[in-house]
Amino acid sequence: MHEMGIVLHMAKTLDETAEQNQLTKIGRVTLQVGEVSGIMTDLFTDAWDYFKKKHPMLTECELVLETIPAVTWCDNCKKTYETVKYGKTCPHCGSGETWLLQGNECIIKEIEAE
Amino acid sequence: MDPVRIVEVKEAVLADNDTAAGNNRKKLSGQRTVLINLMGSPGAGKTSTLLQLIRRLKDEFRIGVMEADVDSDVDARTVAAAGVRAIQLHTAGLCHMDADMTRRGLEAFGTEGLDLIFLENIGNLVCPAEFEVGADLRMMILSVPEGDDKPLKYPLMFTVSDVMLINKIDTAPIFDFDIEAASERARALNPDIRIFPVSAESGEGFDALAAWLAGFVRERRGER
Repeated sequence: MHEMGIVLHMAKTLDETAEQNQLTKIGRVTLQVGEVSGIMTDLFTDAWDYFKKKHPMLTECELVLETIPAVTWCDNCKKTYETVKYGKTCPHCGSGETWLLQGNECIIKEIEAE
Repeated sequence: MDPVRIVEVKEAVLADNDTAAGNNRKKLSGQRTVLINLMGSPGAGKTSTLLQLIRRLKDEFRIGVMEADVDSDVDARTVAAAGVRAIQLHTAGLCHMDADMTRRGLEAFGTEGLDLIFLENIGNLVCPAEFEVGADLRMMILSVPEGDDKPLKYPLMFTVSDVMLINKIDTAPIFDFDIEAASERARALNPDIRIFPVSAESGEGFDALAAWLAGFVRERRGER
């Protein structure tokens, strides 16, 4: 349900970027979404499609989603592993002293605009 | 027509929210007002918890409560009846408060002269965890009937909270809830989280919580 909230924040950033770069229309936006960012991409795309129709600068804007894989670092054995598969517990040594290295991002990478 | 340009943005989508949260914090800090963001599921006991805390803290601090809901004003009325200033905020369908909504709420409320403000967030264990509002303290409630597995299912909420209340402990004999297991799961995510078992129904545990909170508010205000 917070996907709509994120779309609103994204639109705000796009508005500011458009103003700074004197853009009138955005044709494509590339968003990098981490695997464990908590964003449901289907819901996000729906929210985006609904929102862009009401926002003149974005009406024809295509949304490209790039997934950033989630990787966790183990402080105990100094190895990394796939977060989605193993969660908080290191599959190499069983330690819980683990930290997410990447995968909770939600970043506007670039836009293509006129 | 202008040629198509590629503009590298490389900006986190919630960066504007974090900036707005920082502005809220700065403004409240200048007034020596402490803001607490109270979160938890619908029915976890957020409003009842506030009533217990208000009773114990209102002689020492000038308290304000901002009640955020999708609709209705029942919570604001309940809290105002306890003798503190209250305002109801509507999020018009959104499932969380963000920093800008909080700023507008604070402005409408008029926070000058308040020592302590509670923001009762929308009942939800997911979205409010994602959006900073600029609070000094994030306090979340997990109630016994919800189950001790919630830290496993909603890790972000337990990771970002400074304080966790385990509410409705008077119902523990009825439900299969292991307080130790819930606490351990929360600490695995967030070793610094402070845990208080309470019952907003009987008042059990609230003297300890209110005493700790009063110390926190005094310290924060003293630094300003």
